Amino acid sequence: MKTSLDIGSLHLKNRVLVASGTFGYGTEAATFTDVTLGGIVTKSVSLEPRAGNPPSRIAETASGMLNSIGLANVGVEAFLREKMPPLRELDTAIIANIAASSVNEYLEVMKRMEDEPGIDAYEINVSCPNVKDGGLQFGTSCSATAEVVRALRPHTRRPLIIKLTPNVTRISEFALACQEEGADAVSMINTLVGMSINIYTRKPKLSTVTGGLSGPAIKPVALAKVFEASQVVSIPVIGIGGIASWEDAVEFLLAGASAVQVGTMNFIDPDTGVKITRGMEEYARKTGLDSLDELVGAMVLPEGASAPGIMKSSSKGHD
Amino acid sequence: MNKFQREVAITRNEPVARDTYALRVHFPELSAIVEPGQFVTMRVNDTLNPLLRRPYSVSRPIGDECEFLYYVIGKGTRILARKRVGDTVNILGPLGNSFGFNGDYETAVLVGGGIGVAPFPFLTSRLVDHGKKVVTFLGARTAEMVLSDNLVNLQVATDDGTAGFHGTVVDCMDDWFGAHSVAKPKIFSCGPTPMLAAVQSWSLGRGIPCELSLESEMACGFGICQGCPVEHRHAERTYALVCTDGPCFNAEDITFKRP
Repeated sequence: MKTSLDIGSLHLKNRVLVASGTFGYGTEAATFTDVTLGGIVTKSVSLEPRAGNPPSRIAETASGMLNSIGLANVGVEAFLREKMPPLRELDTAIIANIAASSVNEYLEVMKRMEDEPGIDAYEINVSCPNVKDGGLQFGTSCSATAEVVRALRPHTRRPLIIKLTPNVTRISEFALACQEEGADAVSMINTLVGMSINIYTRKPKLSTVTGGLSGPAIKPVALAKVFEASQVVSIPVIGIGGIASWEDAVEFLLAGASAVQVGTMNFIDPDTGVKITRGMEEYARKTGLDSLDELVGAMVLPEGASAPGIMKSSSKGHD
Repeated sequence: MNKFQREVAITRNEPVARDTYALRVHFPELSAIVEPGQFVTMRVNDTLNPLLRRPYSVSRPIGDECEFLYYVIGKGTRILARKRVGDTVNILGPLGNSFGFNGDYETAVLVGGGIGVAPFPFLTSRLVDHGKKVVTFLGARTAEMVLSDNLVNLQVATDDGTAGFHGTVVDCMDDWFGAHSVAKPKIFSCGPTPMLAAVQSWSLGRGIPCELSLESEMACGFGICQGCPVEHRHAERTYALVCTDGPCFNAEDITFKRP
C-alpha cells in the first residue's frame, strides 16, 4: 500500500506532517515521541530574530485556542547554525517555514536557506494574523500573494508551498494565483482571526486583543476551504485545521487534501501525528486501498453539488 | 531530562480544604526524578473540551506516588474533582526547572498565596534534609482555605482575618521580619502574580535573594508553543519562557507586565 507522496523533489514518506509553530524546531518534542512523520514544518523563520508579542499570548476557547505569539523566532542565521544540525539527523522531510514583512525579506531569508542541504522544501507564511507588519497584509491580497510567489520562484528549485489564510472571501482565488505563479502546493488553513474577553476585568484575554483561532473548533471551516481550493487547482493542497485523529485526516483527504498537517494537538499529545499516520494506514489497508491517493478528493458528492461560489464554476458563467 | 507521558491511576482524590483537593497518582517514573518546583501537565479526559493540558506543581512525591493540590475553579478541575480512586488521568512531566534550594543561605523563607502553597511540602522536606531553617508564610482568603499540611514553622495571613494575621502575606512577613532576626534568608515564593510582584519588590528593596515560581497560560508546557513569555533581563530576545526557562526565576531577573 502506497502511503508516500511526492511534491516535486519533496518526498514525504507518509501524508502526515506537523504544522509550523506546533513542533518547535523538531527537537523539543523528539524527547518523547519518535518522529515517524511525513515531515516537519519548522517554526516560522524571519530574517532577524523576533521577540514576539507580550503576554498573554494564549487563551483557550471551546475546543480550540487563540494564540498571539507574534512569530517569536531565532532568526535565519541562528536557525541555520543551531536548529538545522539536529533537524538534519531526523528521518523525515524538513520544510522550512518563512515569514517576512516585505517581498525582499522573504527572498533574502530563502536565499540564505538555499545552501543548507537539510531543507527539502519551503512553506511561505503569508497568513500570520498576529503581527502588524507582514503576514496577513500579503495573505489577504491576491496580487500581493502572487507577487511573493513570483519573486521567490526563479530563485529556488526546491518546492514552494504557500500557506494560505482563511480570512478571505474566496480562498480558491488565492490558491489559483499561487499555482499560476509556479507554486508547487498550497497549505491551508492558517488560523482564523478571533478574540476572547475576560468579563470580570473587561479586558481582552490576549495582549493583542485579537489572535488566531486553531484546534478542533476550526476543522469544519478548514475542510470547506480545502474542498473549495482543491476543486480549482491541480497542485496538491495540504490540509490543516483542527486535525485530532486519523478519522479527521481521512476526512481532509476525501475533501481534496493530498496530505495533512497536525497543529494544535501536538501541544496536547506530541504523539498525535504518529498515531494519525498509523490509524490512517490501517484504515487504508482494511478498506483495500492500493494507495492513499485513492482517497484524495474521493468524497461522493450529491448529484449537481459543487463548492459554493468557487471560481471555476463562476468564471465559466454557470453554477 | 527525561519526560514521561502516562495514563496513570488515581490513588487519592479528596477535599483537604474549601474548594481544594489533594490528588495522588501512581507514577514511579515521575516520583523517582522530580525536583521541588517542577510541574506536570494534566489532561483530564480524552475529549476535546477542555482541550489544553493544565499545569500543576508536584506537591510531594511519596514512594512510587506523586501528590498534587488543586483548586476546583474551572471545567477541567471540576472534571478532576469527580474522579475516584482507580480512575486515570493523563500526566506529562516532569517539566520546568526546580527551586535553587542549595546555596549559601541559612533560612529558607517560603511565601505562598492560595494554591501557590502546592510545591512547598516537597520543597520543605528537601530544605529540612539540607539542614536549612524554614519559616513559611501563607496567605489565604479565609481560614477554611488554609493548607497547613507538611509545612513547618507556619505563619498564616487571611484576607478576612479569620485565621492568623489579618492582611496580606507580604505584610505578615514584613511584621515577622520586624520582630525576629532572620539569619541569612532566601525567599522562595509561589502564588498569584500580584502577590509575586509584591514579594519581588519587598525582597529586592531589602537585598534579600528571592526566587519566584511563576504561573502562566500555556498550551504545551515544553517549549514549543511559545505561549508563556515573561520579560527577563538576561533573555536573548526580551522574553524567557515560564515552562522551560522557569517556572522558578530569580526575582531580580524578571519584569511583571500584564496587559
